[in-house]
Amino acid sequence: MRDSSSEPTMPELMYREALNQALAEEMERDANVFLIGEEVGRYNGAFKVSQGLLDKFGSARIIDAPISELGFTGLSVGAAAVGLRPVVEMMTWNFAILAMDQIVNNAAKLRHMSGGQLRCPIVFRGPGGAGGRLSSQHSQSLEANYAHFPGLKVIAPATPADAKGMLKSAIRDENPVIMFEGERLYALKGEVPEGEHIVPLGKADVKREGTDVTLITWSRMYYFCMEAAEALAKEGISVEVLDLRTLRPLDEEAILASVRKTNRAVICEEGWALAGIGASVVDLIQSQAFDDLDAPVVRVTGLDVNMSYAANLENATQPDAPKIIAAVKKVLYREGA
Amino acid sequence: MASAYSKDLLLTMYRKMYLLRRFEERAGQQYTLGKIAGFCHLYIGQEAVAVGCNEAIRPDDYMLSAYRDHGQPLARGSDAGMIMAELFGRGTGYSKGKGGSMHIFDIEHHFYGGYGIVGGQIPLAAGMAFAARYRNEDRVTVCFFGDAAANQGAFHETFNMAQKWKLPVIYICENNRYGMGTAIARTSAVPEIHKRASAYGMRGEAVDGMDVLKMYEAVKDAAEYCRAGKGPVLMEANTYRFRGHSMADPANYRSKQEVEDERRNDPIPKLREFAMKQGFGLSDADFESIEEEEKRAVDAAVKFADESPEPSVDELWRDTIVEPGEEDVRPRERVLGVKVTNWPKYPSGQELKVTWDLEPRAEAEQADKKAGLSR
Repeated sequence: MRDSSSEPTMPELMYREALNQALAEEMERDANVFLIGEEVGRYNGAFKVSQGLLDKFGSARIIDAPISELGFTGLSVGAAAVGLRPVVEMMTWNFAILAMDQIVNNAAKLRHMSGGQLRCPIVFRGPGGAGGRLSSQHSQSLEANYAHFPGLKVIAPATPADAKGMLKSAIRDENPVIMFEGERLYALKGEVPEGEHIVPLGKADVKREGTDVTLITWSRMYYFCMEAAEALAKEGISVEVLDLRTLRPLDEEAILASVRKTNRAVICEEGWALAGIGASVVDLIQSQAFDDLDAPVVRVTGLDVNMSYAANLENATQPDAPKIIAAVKKVLYREGA
Repeated sequence: MASAYSKDLLLTMYRKMYLLRRFEERAGQQYTLGKIAGFCHLYIGQEAVAVGCNEAIRPDDYMLSAYRDHGQPLARGSDAGMIMAELFGRGTGYSKGKGGSMHIFDIEHHFYGGYGIVGGQIPLAAGMAFAARYRNEDRVTVCFFGDAAANQGAFHETFNMAQKWKLPVIYICENNRYGMGTAIARTSAVPEIHKRASAYGMRGEAVDGMDVLKMYEAVKDAAEYCRAGKGPVLMEANTYRFRGHSMADPANYRSKQEVEDERRNDPIPKLREFAMKQGFGLSDADFESIEEEEKRAVDAAVKFADESPEPSVDELWRDTIVEPGEEDVRPRERVLGVKVTNWPKYPSGQELKVTWDLEPRAEAEQADKKAGLSR
């Protein structure tokens, strides 16, 4: 655990305010950076991430796009190919499915197809995961889709501080970066360092140290994992929580180091199990640290169904602390598993 | 009567059209010999479109195309040997053999690529035009696409933005009448593509794409319009491909008669005939010597490709992600040792001043007022 008693207290910001701060700072630093998306300007952003930026930077840099995901995404990729640094806000990643051709077939491949002549410094960002009772088309965790493609980096910060530091890194990165924000994290508060706070891409973070089992997670599920870890601590089970933060490239070293320390792992992801990120983490662990394992790795994932509207069905579909606790007990061969 | 065109321009256009034709004939031949694989879409018959256009714009204007993309970079001045090497899958190709026929990129000559997904490059072009305005550059972007791409959503979505934001981009639809093997009239509610511009309040026009001078005039005029900040242009170049959609297509879906009729409309002899009548004292021998030179150039290109090595297997791990501090690749320097002096350099964040107002505040407020809103 970090000792922050000797440091000056940091301001508490909401996740959305941390993102707003990162955007404003990077736009001030570099005039090549612009933000484009639906309602990012005069409406101040569907989730208020871009609050106040239009007044500060003007309409050429905070651009209200028509509801044409493929169109404005492709336009931004073209601008990036000739040296600008666009940040494309997806109102939600569910709508970005319409723009997937531009992200996957152009942004991810421009450098390769041109034999290294082109670079595509662009950030695609927006909320992912379940909202509050939004049913099937608005409640999807699509990280795995993008993590599948070489040429893209995929990030999913859980805390306001990471959100700020990773967005700044993403904007400065020379590659296309896909950033999943948690739709239900925007109002969440946390300490955020002021000014130049950079969190490097590709680095996982041990958010809670433990010795009995490693809980591997990212984005909103991080909070359920922490809740589970606190509850398990009361039963004398010491849980390490590893927040992956970047899903492509995976921080393989951090995953293996933690598993070698605790000898047990549970992976929690909001998305579906089949071909999920967790499947790749399991593969990594069993191929690189098999001899260190004291139990098979267990996954807690969203159920293999589409999301329902009814409150009880919605809750039943997603992972939560009790499900994670049960999984931890299973890898520890404890009761009920 | 003095000619409206210089002798130099006419001969340059002839030379380039002949180069494009000869290059593609040889590419087709190499494909049948098994030297070129994958999809190979030849440009034969459409030369007037690329050449007329290229002579009408500036060397540093942005250009991009679809998968039928050998002709435009050749017209821009790209190295024929390096394009052929790319078709052969050799390490000396523009993309080190990673792109092949459908993905020719030559940034030195401001050719920003061939793209393999129908219509997928249309929004990219608007983005390049956007960047030019953002940086206050007096630059137009030319984007080629086929008639079938006009039925993609990308076409509609992009035109709406391009016109709304008055982006300096010329969209040239090369209407060769077939989307792969299907006649455009069978799949399009409005097969006259240029008419669709009116749906966006955008300038649209049809041009005889089998006449290089008509293409030249039309693009010159369109480029002036774009540079004046009047907005984008949709130009439909009515043309014809003499061969199938790709080398894999015997083109049985059209009659011999149709192809024969179109071949009589070949843009290359048409320009030669015109040039001879312009009082420059040109003779058949002048054109024949140009043809000989270009034939030799293409032969040399084939030889260069054939003798070039395959890319090293290590190349697999390069050019996907930019590593920190990694330099950009200048292919002609890498392959031919030719010093590249016109590699694009973009202003850093501090140098750039953005003065453009995409949606002036007063206008936006007026639009809100008209809609009965107040914010």
